[in-house]
Amino acid sequence: MANDSLLDRSRTIAGPGYNRWLVPPAALAVHLAIGQAYAFSVFKKPLGALISGNPDAPAPTDWTPGQLGVIFSIAIVLLGLSAAVFGKWLERVGPRKAMLASALCFGGGFFIAALGVHLHNIWLVYFGYGFVGGIGLGIGYISPVSTLIKWFPDRKGVATGMAIMGFGGGAMIGSPLAVTLMDHFKAAGTGSLGVAATFLAMGLIYLLFMQFGVWTIRVPADDWKPAGYTPPTDHNALITTGNVTADNAIKTPQFWLLWVVLCMNVTAGIGVLETASPLIQETFSDAALGTGRGVTAAAAAGFVGLLSLFNLLGRFFWSSASDKLGRKTTYAIYFGLGILLYALVPTLGAGAQLTLFVVVSCIILTMYGGGFATIPAYLSDLFGKLQVGAIHGRLLTAWSTAGVLGPVIVNYLHTNAKSNGLTGAAAYQSVFYTMAGLLVVGLIANFLVRPVAEQYFEKETAKKVAA
Amino acid sequence: MDSNTSASSPEATSSSTGSVVIAWLFVGIPLLWGVSQTFIKALALFK
Repeated sequence: MANDSLLDRSRTIAGPGYNRWLVPPAALAVHLAIGQAYAFSVFKKPLGALISGNPDAPAPTDWTPGQLGVIFSIAIVLLGLSAAVFGKWLERVGPRKAMLASALCFGGGFFIAALGVHLHNIWLVYFGYGFVGGIGLGIGYISPVSTLIKWFPDRKGVATGMAIMGFGGGAMIGSPLAVTLMDHFKAAGTGSLGVAATFLAMGLIYLLFMQFGVWTIRVPADDWKPAGYTPPTDHNALITTGNVTADNAIKTPQFWLLWVVLCMNVTAGIGVLETASPLIQETFSDAALGTGRGVTAAAAAGFVGLLSLFNLLGRFFWSSASDKLGRKTTYAIYFGLGILLYALVPTLGAGAQLTLFVVVSCIILTMYGGGFATIPAYLSDLFGKLQVGAIHGRLLTAWSTAGVLGPVIVNYLHTNAKSNGLTGAAAYQSVFYTMAGLLVVGLIANFLVRPVAEQYFEKETAKKVAA
Repeated sequence: MDSNTSASSPEATSSSTGSVVIAWLFVGIPLLWGVSQTFIKALALFK
């Protein structure tokens, strides 16, 4: 065929001897790169001082924190939208072409943003990192998911957990990498506090790093299954062997129930992430613990780092555990245990129980990460593997919604509490009780999930519920 | 660590295992570096 290029799906079908354990590192190469988005805040201070040259004393014409916050918001909204829009295209063209498109958009977004920084034009930065880069995020996030599920029908949670763990790990690489590069380019006198040159370098590094995923990924042949694998024969009506298309999936109540499940879990988790640093400093101040014993800004940064680690670990741990526990039970744990722990946080703060406070926060973050990592396997269980990437893409609009909803709720409640004269742990009480309330909504939505009705399944693959 | 088919030749499986190790190192080293940097930062909480 004339269009039978190396990027076509037909050219990525694995031959004999291909080891399926090459697929998770291929997926990780993409997710570790695009996970950098969660480390974007590291650029905020230098970007806000490009005119003055002094991050501690911005000039009147420097970009404000509000303007800079929009960059990440655009990226995260575009992540959800592009995942929803390009999901069906991904299923058609295969993961290699999608990963390449993601690499070009994500790397290209950095290049455009670098020009924006050089010209001090924030609209170019919005367009580059936010819009173009955001499309790269969305396509990249979903690109390996359905391929992983097809390679690992026996361990769907383990496989997708490994990839989505990479997204959490990406921020851990992106943050120190950006600091190192900015220090280097600043010392070399490249101007713009080294930010423009860092954007160029990171765009190039990620573009090249993602090529490993592009050229390593393979899809299994249609009739392939792992050696010795037989589909489950136990009675579990929530695991289908039939297939629902993405267009039909969004007509089912199950899709929207899982949308609510993801949205509530992410919104609540953002509540902790958004407040982590000020929360621990204000709750465990010198006034609460005694002079010289309060949590410092450096220790608070350590707390945020610790939360990131548990967010990452939770992605793999809970998603893998869901292979044994079942997805519905796993989400019931996220929400049931989550409600208790979120409601406990203000009490621990008021009682100056620092160690328990840290432990509880870390457990909460494992379930926040676990919620992201377990959802593809849940979708595959309910809708089959045919278009699970596209269905997952559409579900990620819940993430975009939560990305806006979470900070808005947190900021409103916290500001309101402070204006009512509340301080320390008390100023965050309403935030955590509200988040616990959101988890109740998620728990109910998860409880209502039932097997998908027969009418939505593709005729040629008539639904065969594991008998 | 199983490969994709039970009918794979021993040579193919052997070379594939080497590729798997290299592939995991390629993504594992940067991930471990990032995790170690975060862990060092997190230690400040316990000082």
